[in-house]
Amino acid sequence: MNELITVLNANQLIVAFAIVGIIVWFSYWLSNTFTGGRIHGSAVAIVIGLILAWVGGTRTGGSRGIADIELFAGIGIMGGAMLRDFAIVATGFGVDWHEMKRAGVAGMVSVVAGVIVSFVVGAAVAFLFGYRDPVVITTIGAGAVTYIVGPVTGAALGASSDIVALSVAAGLAKSILVMTSTPAVAGLIGLNNPQSAMVFGGLMGTTSGVTAGLAATDPKLVPYGAMTATFYTGVGCLIVPSVLFLVVRAML
Amino acid sequence: MIIYGVALLSGCLVAGLYIGEVLGELIGVEANVGGVGIAMLLLILAHNLPRDRPLASGASAGGITFWSAMYIPIVVAMAARQNVAGALDGGVLALLAGVGAVVVSFALIPLISRIGSAPATTGSESDEGLGDE
Repeated sequence: MNELITVLNANQLIVAFAIVGIIVWFSYWLSNTFTGGRIHGSAVAIVIGLILAWVGGTRTGGSRGIADIELFAGIGIMGGAMLRDFAIVATGFGVDWHEMKRAGVAGMVSVVAGVIVSFVVGAAVAFLFGYRDPVVITTIGAGAVTYIVGPVTGAALGASSDIVALSVAAGLAKSILVMTSTPAVAGLIGLNNPQSAMVFGGLMGTTSGVTAGLAATDPKLVPYGAMTATFYTGVGCLIVPSVLFLVVRAML
Repeated sequence: MIIYGVALLSGCLVAGLYIGEVLGELIGVEANVGGVGIAMLLLILAHNLPRDRPLASGASAGGITFWSAMYIPIVVAMAARQNVAGALDGGVLALLAGVGAVVVSFALIPLISRIGSAPATTGSESDEGLGDE
């Protein structure tokens, strides 16, 4: 037993790959078995991750979730800023200029409008709940943009880990809601052609939410929504910690 | 070679983060301004430049698509290392912020689909013709 612990502790990042793999596998099984795939496996996996973080946090009293338990410290490396940013940039791969041009004005307008609208709603809710620190309000607003923009913004502005977790939770609520409600409201909002799918991807922006939501509505629309959604997190990372943060700071 | 794609990705990220750092310095915010976003644009640019294309196609592309596919698992790991216990007090806030953003965004879809289709006639190949509603 001691030898096993020694091996696990000496290979923390590798152990993390295995643990996350098991979490994802289990999540897809849950998703398929109990929701027929309606709540996407990746969303379930993130919820499980947040639950594990809660368990780790209450056990150790630390601020790095499950990563504060030595056996799971590799999760801290795998989910840390370095690999996270690396993977986010990689998702931009495969978008080409010509497709971008075809997305046209509507796609661009929707990406910028989507980031700003979600940010304003999130920031307003934070303000209503009594927060007055521009860094906190911006980070929570960023979370309402996506659960990536939240932590990226929080890291850039130096927000505390509990506020970053709040912003991730806001982004998660958004992502899950987009996945589950898109097929239901598609008819109401005219989501039945490539143009509106691009606008939808640009406005919602949460890639897992958009691709899962569109897949459940009409699989042919998935690439159109995904294309604009791919830019959403990038645009969010670009304008939220900079322009929108300055606007918030000027208003308070 | 897979390493070429990985190296390209690394180069884009480091360059993007550096530009973001310099931008932050220039604007006067103690923040990396859009480094990740700039890195992503650099990658898209590299992918579309004939000079750099060999780094981002064929086997080299595998070095990028692998990390792209690792995005969700990494996000799962990121979730697992957040200070959830400390954030639970704000549960209602998080829910309201997320739900509010979705509801308002859904409401805007018909609006922007309409606005966007009007100037599309001036665009080069925007002939989708699916405009009005």
